[in-house]
Amino acid sequence: MTHLELTGVAIDFPTSRGPFRALNGVNLKIDQGEFVSLIGHSGCGKSTVLNIVAGLYQATEGGVVLEGKEVREPGPERAVVFQNHSLLPWLSAYENVELAVKQVFRNSKSKAEMKEWIEHNLELVHMSHALHKRPDEISGGMKQRVGIARALAMQPKVLLMDEPFGALDALTRAHLQDSLMDIQARLNNTVIMITHDVDEAVLLSDRIVMMTNGPAATVGEILNIELERPRNRIELADDVRYNHYRHEVLSFLYEKQRKPPEGVTTAAQEKNKPAKTTELAQDLHSNTVSDGEKAAHAAA
Amino acid sequence: MSTASIQSNPIKARRLRLSLRAPSADSVTRIARALLLPLLGLLVFLFAWHIAARNIDTSLGQFPGPAQVYEQTFGLIADHNRERAREAAFMERQEERNAAILAKDPSAEVRLRDYTGKPTFVDQVGTSLVTVLSGFFVATLIAIPLGILIGLNGTLYAALNPLIQLFKPVSPLAWLPLVTMVVSALYVSDDPMFAKSFLTSLITVSLCSLWPTLINTAVGVSSISQDLKNVSKVLRLPFMTHVIKIAIPASIPAMFTGLRLSLGIAWMVLIAAEMLAQNPGLGKFVWDEFQNGSSDSLGRIMVAVLVIGIIGFMLDRAMQLLQSRISWDKNAVVR
Ligand SMILES: Nc1ncnc2c1ncn2[C@@H]1O[C@H](COP(=O)(O)OP(=O)(O)O)[C@@H](O)[C@H]1O
Ligand SMILES: [Mg+2]
Repeated sequence: MTHLELTGVAIDFPTSRGPFRALNGVNLKIDQGEFVSLIGHSGCGKSTVLNIVAGLYQATEGGVVLEGKEVREPGPERAVVFQNHSLLPWLSAYENVELAVKQVFRNSKSKAEMKEWIEHNLELVHMSHALHKRPDEISGGMKQRVGIARALAMQPKVLLMDEPFGALDALTRAHLQDSLMDIQARLNNTVIMITHDVDEAVLLSDRIVMMTNGPAATVGEILNIELERPRNRIELADDVRYNHYRHEVLSFLYEKQRKPPEGVTTAAQEKNKPAKTTELAQDLHSNTVSDGEKAAHAAA
Repeated sequence: MSTASIQSNPIKARRLRLSLRAPSADSVTRIARALLLPLLGLLVFLFAWHIAARNIDTSLGQFPGPAQVYEQTFGLIADHNRERAREAAFMERQEERNAAILAKDPSAEVRLRDYTGKPTFVDQVGTSLVTVLSGFFVATLIAIPLGILIGLNGTLYAALNPLIQLFKPVSPLAWLPLVTMVVSALYVSDDPMFAKSFLTSLITVSLCSLWPTLINTAVGVSSISQDLKNVSKVLRLPFMTHVIKIAIPASIPAMFTGLRLSLGIAWMVLIAAEMLAQNPGLGKFVWDEFQNGSSDSLGRIMVAVLVIGIIGFMLDRAMQLLQSRISWDKNAVVR
């Protein structure tokens, strides 16, 4: 049964040179409990898709339907994990989650139940030891864990994650990916995650949605990842299917959707995203690291 | 890239502070820097002042050097004590007289009259402090809520920004006559709770000092990161919860920057207003001494100048202390 459906989604951003069509004709159906990754070159419109599902942006054409209801505004049933954790810096980990829990369950949980629920969610992401630490007192990976706990604590119908591990080092990222797989196995959330890490996409997803380059970006190909769970990154490193999936994604990104050379990008793109041009180079670089090396890192 | 470096900044800063505390040969130099250099600066200043003062002759005699100022300081304190003693004596005499009257006729009505001596330097300092704090308080009460509203609402900002830019640079001396006239016209009461002069000073101080707090609060609130605003939207926080849980804490550092500027301006404006309007306070003291023109006057004015400076400094320190108590952003508390 379709849980979440995007139908003919298009969006225009107003710019000084008239409307800029970032997305066009995006169609996507997602089932309950499915883990879907969005991958594509930076600036193609992945965040825009996520923001439309979150209700933070309004589609110009088409729309999003969640459990039969059209999405019109943001809400806690579509919780977002932002790339930069976006914890309130003046609140402790506990208080950050508490803000969400108090808002979402203010009519349905007692004080004691809320406390238990907050602690439970922080436990889920292994943050019980630092409940009362503020964001500037914990590491980047821990902040991201708290961000995930806050989103999970809203008991969302869909969990939206915008490059949740993008700013983390490889080792921390691997730990968090494993945590996320554990949690996903237990809670069976519906997840849309943006990533630019091919290994991450293959390891975590049920399906990988590959987006074409903007402007007017759309869904290019969809890859079903039929690897049984639980998945183990070290075993998968030698798995033929795993490497085949990886290869599929890489060939989509770097052959079919090769990024136009610098200078050919449209004026609108340049104006809007001046600082992101280096990301592709980093992608390419990180993908040249051999799997064996990565697995060794992760195991360490 | 850039986000990563921003994230690591507070951690770096903390490490830096830790290393400052570590005992080392470095810390000796640091103490020397913290104590000896300011002391040296002070000594050089006093010496230069002393030499310069000896070479400036005015129609009221020689310009006061450090020694005269030192002398006048004790003179002013002695004046104050003498005045207080006189007041005590006056009250005592009244009470004795009343007691005598009551002894003769227990039903007689007796009154205690207030002592109406000339306010001393210390009294004037007190008056100025009370006035500046009241004016600053009123300014804050207006500026912070208004700043929050303006910061949250782009339309309101666009509507009010030209007005703010227009009134911000107005000198207190321009407001003063208007405020004086308006207060005399509107504040008519048989038993006034506040003196008119107090109100005039207070309003002038408020009008001039509310701008930095207003502007900084508005900027602080309007520059809350989009991510945090999105968090609030996703949670569907009601307006007041958004203000209390997100807008206010997020803009506290900016607010304090504004408050400290405002308090500094309030203090400067008050002295000028008191001088011009002859309202009680340190400004009036300076003006009276100037008009007085005795051989002690310049020395006394110099004492007042130093006291004004010291009080201004202490007010700022107090705000800084408050900031470090209240603000979550401990890294912002510097200078
Ligand atoms: N609020 C906005 N206003 C104008 N243009 C935007 C806005 N948000 C995104 N864009 C543009 O839409 C395109 C897609 O951006 P985005 O979704 O952030 O890409 P991605 O997340 O894939 O890196 C980019 O060209 C970007 O400049
Ligand atoms: Mg993005």
